[in-house]
Amino acid sequence: MTEITFRQALQRGLREALDADPDVFLMGEDIGKYDGAYAVTQGLLEKYGPERIRDTPISEAAFVGAGVGAAVAGLRPVVELMSMSFSLVASDQIVNMAAKIRYMSGGQVKVPMVLRAPTGGGVQLAATHSQSFENWYASVPGLKVVTPSNPYDALGLLRSSIEDDNPIIFAENALLYGTRGEVPDEEFRVPIGVADVKRAGTDITLVGWAHGVVTLLDAADKLAETGVSAEVIDLRTLRPLDMDTVIASVEKTGRALVLDENWRTGGLGSEIAAEIGYRSSDYLDGPVARVGGTDTPAPYSRQLEQLGIPQTKWVIDEIEKTYGL
Amino acid sequence: MSPLYLRGQRWQVSSRLGGPEIVQSKEKASSETESEVEAKKQALVDLYRQMYLIRQFEEVCGEMYTRGLVRGFLHLYIGEEAIAVGAISQLQSHDYIVTHYRDHGHAIARGLDTNKIMAELFGRTGGLSKGKGGSMHLFDAEKGFMGGHAIVGGQFPLAAGLALSHQYRKTDGVCVVFFGDGSTNQGTYHEVMNLAAVWKLPILFFLENNLYGMGSRFDRVRAGGEDFYPGAATYGIDQAAVVDGMDVLAVQEATKLALESIRAGNGPAFIEAKTFRFQGHSMADPVKYRESSETAAWEKRDPITTFPQQLLDQKLVTEEELEEIQASVDAEVAESVKFAEDSPFPPDEELFTDIYA
Repeated sequence: MTEITFRQALQRGLREALDADPDVFLMGEDIGKYDGAYAVTQGLLEKYGPERIRDTPISEAAFVGAGVGAAVAGLRPVVELMSMSFSLVASDQIVNMAAKIRYMSGGQVKVPMVLRAPTGGGVQLAATHSQSFENWYASVPGLKVVTPSNPYDALGLLRSSIEDDNPIIFAENALLYGTRGEVPDEEFRVPIGVADVKRAGTDITLVGWAHGVVTLLDAADKLAETGVSAEVIDLRTLRPLDMDTVIASVEKTGRALVLDENWRTGGLGSEIAAEIGYRSSDYLDGPVARVGGTDTPAPYSRQLEQLGIPQTKWVIDEIEKTYGL
Repeated sequence: MSPLYLRGQRWQVSSRLGGPEIVQSKEKASSETESEVEAKKQALVDLYRQMYLIRQFEEVCGEMYTRGLVRGFLHLYIGEEAIAVGAISQLQSHDYIVTHYRDHGHAIARGLDTNKIMAELFGRTGGLSKGKGGSMHLFDAEKGFMGGHAIVGGQFPLAAGLALSHQYRKTDGVCVVFFGDGSTNQGTYHEVMNLAAVWKLPILFFLENNLYGMGSRFDRVRAGGEDFYPGAATYGIDQAAVVDGMDVLAVQEATKLALESIRAGNGPAFIEAKTFRFQGHSMADPVKYRESSETAAWEKRDPITTFPQQLLDQKLVTEEELEEIQASVDAEVAESVKFAEDSPFPPDEELFTDIYA
């Protein structure tokens, strides 16, 4: 095992995939000569050349859709967006082309494409650069949505994603790039669609994904100090959504809290909370507790921005309010 | 007379039969064998057959729509057949085609099975896509026919990616993307023209300029003038031509030259074909936005009548041969309706299949 950062894990995943399959190539804005806006693709142009590490014009709709076309033709493009917020410019290509072309052709084609993008707020980029639309894409049939929370999952899920025959939104919370974790030295995969119990517990089930898992693990530590044993579930992928793992945990603990760092209203947290209530009401000691980001645009000023992002204390307070723990 | 602008030169296709490179009459072809002449003649007759097949197929589509057997949106290509037939006749089997929602003509010209097309329009299991796509989304991946696409301009990026796959694999394959004048006001048109030019992608941009985007004549939504092809140069695409879209041989000739340039590694080319759809935008269109005299003027140049007349005039075909072709096409189209009617509706399970690979 070696301790590496989330960013290094992604880069290792890209290198392994590029080495394993000549049909894998990368394209995106400034991923080559510039080395990538978040340095995930640093050094790849030098090693793999401009045919496979392709700098694109600033034309998100064009190069995301070109990724779909190349994938339909049997290549395995890994397309990088500089921000999930910019995916809106390409959203027609994502929702109407990548997600639909297989269905509309009656299964004649497939779209083995990965669309990677940094996502989330917290670094003072203001309202248009701090959004997490993986939440929206998770409601679109035809797409898969992958949301790793740590270097191990980032590497293992990226390999699985590049080898998958479907279009995948691979959301990389930008706050995680510098976080560290251990990964095996040999190649490995993490399956898409399988949640992970990050911490076992008996009193309450905490459900989250991506950076939210960091907050939940912190909350679980704090809860342990007061004698509350929290089980933390990392969904890892939002579509397919592994509700069975969540439900099994809730039926064991009898309590549940869902954390969605994006806007609280109408996000995937709403869906998960509703599904827990629907499937496990006989097991629950009270309503499903919910923590979400405020229903506001992200402000630039740090003081204001932090007021909108779920903190550990919000989780603790919500559990106390809902369950008296 | 069809002015062509290719490789910076002004080209003239001097006759309605496209000039001596395309066909030579028996008298002029002293160096050609009888079988070569016969093959050329047969190729011309085949162009007529395909155009007539598209016309007849779509006339019947319209009837089926009126009878309620075809639903959703139905956009007829009637009047524009010379473009699909002329252009696609020049493609090779490994080339890709991407088009818009007025796609029956391209599909038939590419040789897609008319039975399966009609069954798709009927929403039946025997359709190209088992009834999941319908008229606007015809697909036949084995024939490189990568859709009918119904978001205006949405097909450009897909075409760029398909072209990129040929470049990546170092084949001489090309992707042809058909689009209408309406789509040139979408961002994807401009983005992909630039991307294709800067990457020298093997892509042929084929504008079917029928003068109207739904009910809006081009000059009500565009200040750049009536010709679109000069705009290609602003993206660095200097292989650009305009042709008479009612002249199947002019279209063929322009496409041949464009494909030669693309296959030689010169990057994208652009053809604008001037044409006209004789009917409304879709079956729902009462056509209140244009004068019937404009349609009538274009109908005088209908390739379905003018082209066979030229063949007759040059004694390349007889009246009897034309009647045989028409009878055989009419039978094929009637058979497609029977096939579609006999094909079952998809089973309920089909709702849930083909979402993921």
